[in-house]
Amino acid sequence: MTPLIETSKLGKRFGSLVAVDQVSLRVDAGEVLALLGPNGAGKTTTIRMLASILGPTHGWVRIAGLDTVTHASQVRRLVGMLTEHHGLYTRMRAIEYLAFFGEIYGMPTAQVRERSHGLLDRFGLIETAELRLGAYSKGMRQKLAMARALLHDPTVLLLDEPTSAMDPESARLVRESIRGLRAGNRAIVVCTHNLPEAELLADRIAVIRRGRIVAHGSPEELKREFLGSPVMELRVAGGLDGAVRLLPQGATLRETGPNWLRFESADPETVNPAVVRAMGRAGIEIVTLSEIGRSLEEVYLSVMQSESSD
Amino acid sequence: MSSREPSWLPGTLTVARREIRDQLRDWRILTPIVLLTLFFPILMNFTANQAVRFVEQYGAEIIADRLIPFLMMVVGFFPISISLVIALESFAGERERLSLEPLLATPLSDAQLYFGKMIASMLGPLGAAYLGIFVYLFGLYWRLGWQPPLPLLAQVLLLTTAQSIVMVTGAVVISSQTTSVRAANLLASFIIVPVSQLIIGESLIMFWGRYSVLWWIVAALALVAIVLVRMGLHLFNREQLLGRDFDDFDLKWVRSSLWAGFRGRAQTLSGWYRELLGETLPQARGSILIMILALLVAYGVGYRAASDFVLPAELFQGERLQDALGDELSSFGLLSARGWLWVAWNNVRALGLASLLGAFTFGVAAVVLLMAPLGIVGYFAGSFALAGGSAARILGGLVLPHALLEIPAAVLAGAAIVQLGLAALSLPKGSSLGASWLEALGRWARLSLGLVLPLILVAAAIEVFVTPRVAIAVLAGLP
Repeated sequence: MTPLIETSKLGKRFGSLVAVDQVSLRVDAGEVLALLGPNGAGKTTTIRMLASILGPTHGWVRIAGLDTVTHASQVRRLVGMLTEHHGLYTRMRAIEYLAFFGEIYGMPTAQVRERSHGLLDRFGLIETAELRLGAYSKGMRQKLAMARALLHDPTVLLLDEPTSAMDPESARLVRESIRGLRAGNRAIVVCTHNLPEAELLADRIAVIRRGRIVAHGSPEELKREFLGSPVMELRVAGGLDGAVRLLPQGATLRETGPNWLRFESADPETVNPAVVRAMGRAGIEIVTLSEIGRSLEEVYLSVMQSESSD
Repeated sequence: MSSREPSWLPGTLTVARREIRDQLRDWRILTPIVLLTLFFPILMNFTANQAVRFVEQYGAEIIADRLIPFLMMVVGFFPISISLVIALESFAGERERLSLEPLLATPLSDAQLYFGKMIASMLGPLGAAYLGIFVYLFGLYWRLGWQPPLPLLAQVLLLTTAQSIVMVTGAVVISSQTTSVRAANLLASFIIVPVSQLIIGESLIMFWGRYSVLWWIVAALALVAIVLVRMGLHLFNREQLLGRDFDDFDLKWVRSSLWAGFRGRAQTLSGWYRELLGETLPQARGSILIMILALLVAYGVGYRAASDFVLPAELFQGERLQDALGDELSSFGLLSARGWLWVAWNNVRALGLASLLGAFTFGVAAVVLLMAPLGIVGYFAGSFALAGGSAARILGGLVLPHALLEIPAAVLAGAAIVQLGLAALSLPKGSSLGASWLEALGRWARLSLGLVLPLILVAAAIEVFVTPRVAIAVLAGLP
C-alpha cells in the first residue's frame, strides 16, 4: 500500500543554516505521527515541506504518491494544514472566512455552507459564526483555524501545535476530533510541545533535534529504548514472605518494600502471568500487579540529554 | 469531497474579492478614497473656474488652457497614491500578521496570489481616480462647457493607470524585502521620490503644452511596469516569503556576498585575471553589445544634430582650432602629471556617477550618461564635416589616440552597470534580490577594478601626453 506521507533523506538549507537534514519518514492511512523537538529544531520547516509550501534542498517528499515539487498544486489539495500561527483575517466573519477558503479549493457553494456549519458546530463556534474574528479569543481562533484545515476534507492533515492557546476543555475537544479523524483513514502529523498529548494521540513519535530525527518509534518502543524494560510493581496482602525467591526467570528484582516488590522484565506478556501463577501456588495473595508509569517526558528528556552529551 | 481545481482567473479573483471586501471595511482606507473622489475634484473644479475667470481679465487664457488638463491629472493622481499604501498593507501587512501561510498552503499558485493582491490594491483607488476625473470634468462641462480632447483624456487615464501599476508593483518588490509594514513604509520612499519627480515632470510638460511627450511617458511607464511585474513575480513566491527574514542588517553576509562576486573562485591574482577574462567578460557580452550599439547611436544622433544646430564655419578654421587647443593645453596642464591626474580623476568620477545612477535605474541612466560624450564627439565631427573639413581627420587628431582605450573602458564600464541593473530584473531561481544584486555588484567591482580602471589610467596618460602632440601635428596641416 502506498503510504500517504513518505519522505526520503529530506533536507532544507537556508543559506548556511541547515534547518532539516536527512529526514526519512513514512505515515500510512489511519496513522498519527507526532513530531517532537525543541524550538528551532526543524519541525515547522518539515511540515512546510510536507505541505509543498517549501521545496526541499535535497531528498524528496511524496504525498499519496505525488511528488511535492512536481505536483505541488495537487499535493496542496490533498493536504489540510493548521499553521503555527492561526493567521485569520480579523475583519471577516467565521462563515465568510470558511467560504473564502472553500472557494479557493473550488468547492460548490452549497457544500461549503453545509461543511462549514458542520465544522463550526463540531468546534463549538456555531453561535459565534456571524461575529467578526477580531472579537474571537485565542482558543476560538485556533479552533476556527482547525476548521479551515478540515474544510476540504483533506487526506493528509498537518497540525502545528493544534491545542496551543486553548483552554483544557477546548483542547480536549480538538484532541477528540483528531482521534476521530484518524478513523477516517487519514494520515496525520502533529507537531507539539505537549508530550502527554503526543502520547495520547500518536501511534508513532519522531523526536527531531537540529534538523535531524534522533529518535523514532511507537511510545512503547521509545520508552523501552531510552528508559529500559518496563518495571512492574507487585503488591501482596500481608508481608512478602519469600515472594522474592518465587520471581520467575526473566524478572529482575529492582527494589522491595514491606508488602511490595518491583521487578524489571523485557517480556511482561510472558513473565507477568508466570509471576501470578508462582504467587498463587505459594498461597501469596496478590493485591495488584501493574506497570510503573513512565512518561514520554522522561523519554524526551533522556533523548535530549543523550544528544547533548554527543 | 467534491471539489474542482480552481482555474486561473476565478482563483485570482477570489483573492482580490476578499481583499477588496476587507478594504471596504477599513475606514482608514475608505475615508480618503471617498474624500478624494468627491470633495477633492469639486475643489479642483472650483479652483479651475476661479482661475479661468481671473486670467480672462488679463487676456492670459493660455494659463487656464494649461491649468485645466493639469488639474485633471492631479485629480486622478491623488486617489491612486492610496494604492501604494494598500499594496504595502496587503503584501507586507499580511506577512507581518502571519496570515499569509494559510493562503500559501492552498492550491493557489504564487502568480494567482500575486495578481489577486495586485488587482485588489489597484481596483479601488483606480475606480476612485476615474470617478474623481469624471466628477471634475462634469463640473467643468456644467459651468464652463469645457470638454477634454479625446487624446488628452486617454493620456490622463492611461497615465493614471500606468502610475498606479508602477506604484503597486514597486510596493510588491519593496514588501518582498521586509517582514513588517513599518519597514515597508520606510522603503516606500524608493517609490514615492521617483513618482513625485515624475509628476513634477508631467506637470511641466503639460504647462509647456507638449502633450505628445505624455505618450512617451505612458510607454516608458508601461515598460517599467512590465519590468516590475516580472521582478514581483520572481520575488513573491513561497520560498522567498517563508524562507528567511530580511529586516536585520547582516554586514557579514553583505561582505561575503560582495567578496564572492568580486573574487570568484580565484586563489591568485593571475587566476583572478584568468577568470575575469575567461568567464566574467564573456558573460557580459550581451551588455557589451548593448553598450556598443548605444554608443554608435549616440555618435549618429550627434552627427545628425550638427545639421539642425549649425555652428559657425569659422570656428573650424585651423588657426582658431590651434589657438583653442593651446588654451586647453595650458588650462588643463596637459603634457604634465597634474593634467594626467586631472583627466583620470574626471573620467573615474564620470564612471562612478554613471554607476550610481545606473544602480537605481536598471542601468538605463548609466547608458544615457555614457552615450553623451560620444554624442558630443559626433556633433563636432558632423559640424566639422558641414564646415567642409574631414571628420575623420579631426577625429583622428583630437580623439582617436586616447579613445582607442577610453571607449572600450566606457563600453566595459557601461556593460558592468547594465549587468548590475539586469541582476535585479532577471534573478536566478532561488536567489533573493539582495543576494543577486550584491553578487552582481561584486562582478561590477571586478570588471571596474580589473579592466576599466587600468584602461582609464592609460587612456588619460595618452590623452595628456600623446593626443596633444598628434592634434598639433594634424591641425598644423589644416587651412
